[in-house]
Amino acid sequence: MFKILQKERLNDSVTRMVIQAPRVAKKAGPGQFIILRIDENGERIPLTIAGYDREQGTVTIIFQKVGKTTIHLDELEAGDALLDFVGPLGRVSEYGDVKGKRVAVIGGGLGIAIAYPQAVALHELGAKVDVIVGFRNIGLAILLDELQAAAENLIVMTDDGSNGDKGFVTDALKRRLDAGVQYEQVIAIGPMPMMRAVCEMTRPAKIHTVVSMNPIMIDGTGMCGGCRLTVGGETKFACVDGPEFDGHLVDFDEAMKRSRMYSEEEKLSKEKHVCRMKEAAEHVQ
Amino acid sequence: MYNKSLVKLPAREQAPEVRRRNFQEVSQGYDEAMALEEATRCIGCKNAPCMTGCPVNVHIPEFIAHVKAGEFDKAYDVIRQTNSLPAICGRVCPQENQCESKCVRGIKGDPVGIGRLERFCADYAMAHKRPQEALPEKNGKRVAVVGSGPSGLTCAGDLAKKGYDVTIYEALHTPGGVLVYGIPEFRLPKSLVREEIRTVEALGVKIETNVVVGRSVTLEELFEEGFSAIYIGSGAGLPRFQKIPGENLNGVYSANEFLTRVNLMKAYSFPQADTPVRVGKKVAVIGGGNVAMDAARSAMRLGAEEVSIVYRRSEKEMPARLEEVHHAKEEGVIFRMLTNPTRILGDERGSVTGMEVVEMELGEPDASGRRRPVVKEGSEYTLEVDTVVVAIGNSPNPLIRDTTPGLATQKWGGLIVDEETGATSLENVYAGGDAVTGAATVILAMGAGKTAAKAIDEKLSGK
Repeated sequence: MFKILQKERLNDSVTRMVIQAPRVAKKAGPGQFIILRIDENGERIPLTIAGYDREQGTVTIIFQKVGKTTIHLDELEAGDALLDFVGPLGRVSEYGDVKGKRVAVIGGGLGIAIAYPQAVALHELGAKVDVIVGFRNIGLAILLDELQAAAENLIVMTDDGSNGDKGFVTDALKRRLDAGVQYEQVIAIGPMPMMRAVCEMTRPAKIHTVVSMNPIMIDGTGMCGGCRLTVGGETKFACVDGPEFDGHLVDFDEAMKRSRMYSEEEKLSKEKHVCRMKEAAEHVQ
Repeated sequence: MYNKSLVKLPAREQAPEVRRRNFQEVSQGYDEAMALEEATRCIGCKNAPCMTGCPVNVHIPEFIAHVKAGEFDKAYDVIRQTNSLPAICGRVCPQENQCESKCVRGIKGDPVGIGRLERFCADYAMAHKRPQEALPEKNGKRVAVVGSGPSGLTCAGDLAKKGYDVTIYEALHTPGGVLVYGIPEFRLPKSLVREEIRTVEALGVKIETNVVVGRSVTLEELFEEGFSAIYIGSGAGLPRFQKIPGENLNGVYSANEFLTRVNLMKAYSFPQADTPVRVGKKVAVIGGGNVAMDAARSAMRLGAEEVSIVYRRSEKEMPARLEEVHHAKEEGVIFRMLTNPTRILGDERGSVTGMEVVEMELGEPDASGRRRPVVKEGSEYTLEVDTVVVAIGNSPNPLIRDTTPGLATQKWGGLIVDEETGATSLENVYAGGDAVTGAATVILAMGAGKTAAKAIDEKLSGK
């Protein structure tokens, strides 16, 4: 069992947890992920490692409530335990020589939580890091202080303009590129349409662009191919060959179709869980 | 006097029309009276050719003699001397190519039902809660085993019996390897696998799940943690695809994914279990091995209207266990032999709508001795299907070899070992099972685990 040591809601739908998992903490690196299972009937879900403390033997995860398992996870409290927690999985990010060079780290949605350790790692390697993040409105913003510490420039976009900078992360990127900012590389992490939009923008400028793919996974160790993607015309398993790939080579169309494979079942499972919770709450009253 | 019946006593079975829609075990095995009756068909040959067909050399005539005398406990003890997992072997070994293929009674009539008798003894012992075996004295040496499949469990059990302190590291959340994620409930109940693994743990073997060797910990770090030797039994879990167009459409599964969802994650009880699986109305399973049979029969049980096996050779060349082919046919699985897929077709949403196939003819024998299938010109046609399961084989997972400098491997990924000992190119690192041979059988993996355990003991005790 893997104990939840801390729990903190970052906004209405995003939660941070610190989990006791010494083996994972000992080996974890930026870009890697874990797979967890809450209980005996649970499914295995992948989550990126958002931080770790090797001495304390702890791993931080940040997740968004989107379906049955993440809603259930959000109902757990510090002191509860997860049945299974395995990792680190996937390859550690490779940045090359970025010392003194300018890079952009772009995060959308929960991708911000995943972009954060990337920004820290690049900052520590001596890169000049521009961080561009987007939220629906400024009230939902998370991790701004942490990102500020790693970024030379932190650009926060909001869909509704509630912080005075209305638009998508791609609008901010376009502004920077139009202004003549030269990027050595761009790292884009978030929903697939956003990653694709960033790639389309950096492709003509030939800026090396890394994306962190988030396909459906089961085992996460390369034994099933559920997470397969087409990259540069070849089939790759995101869990062992990735999750990071050259964004200009990824077949996003296919990846997006594959990620919708179980949308009906996911809805059914979520509804059933929410109904059961409601019943339980009424029963208590 | 022995029982002169030429026919092997059939085991009790669920009726095909009932079992084709449930996941309960198909074969119910023998009861005591049936075991006594079948045992008397064994003539107790002195030279026991049956034993030479068994990769772990179970003392077959000896255990059957105990069955004849009604001493089922003693029969079980004889089997356990050389076989750590008899309840499993009795169910999944291809006996027709092993022990039973060498049985003298098989020259005229059916061979003795050795597998069914082994299974009976193991089930009897489990049902009658036997007193725990005395634990061997510890010798103070630690051995790490990578993977808790049949090969790792056997190696660990044998070493524990010799006094070693053994820890098994397993990547998944449940130990058993292919016994839990691959072979379905209706062929091998998971409660039984759990029980059988408990008999190995009762010998003092520790199992740590959720550890991916190669990621969570490297072989070098295991030695630093104080292990004197390591056995790699990590299997062949990397699925092969055909590399034909359309393989990444929604509705195309590797057999590993399909079976892992169904068996390990219990997707057949979705939404009680959280993991979903999609099985359409018409399912095609590509391949002719046990994995293909398991996938096809699982799809049938999940409610598919039509399930076909698509195999590029003829039925005679199919590597699947005879009994499973027979069971699959009884359950209504269609066999499309000498048929090879060339393309999977999909709609604009990315879902499978059909599969283009060509007919094949058998040509000259190839390197494997089987006649090579050749495309019959102009024979293409389209099969209407909405789910495709690819079961054309697995390769060893590259994680360990990629993270272990100096570990010698074949070009196709198998670890290179000394056949006599299982020793790899690295000092005190041994390997066996599918990680070495590529996908093979449970019992061969167990045989390799046994061989390595003996070699590890000889090395560490300086014999």
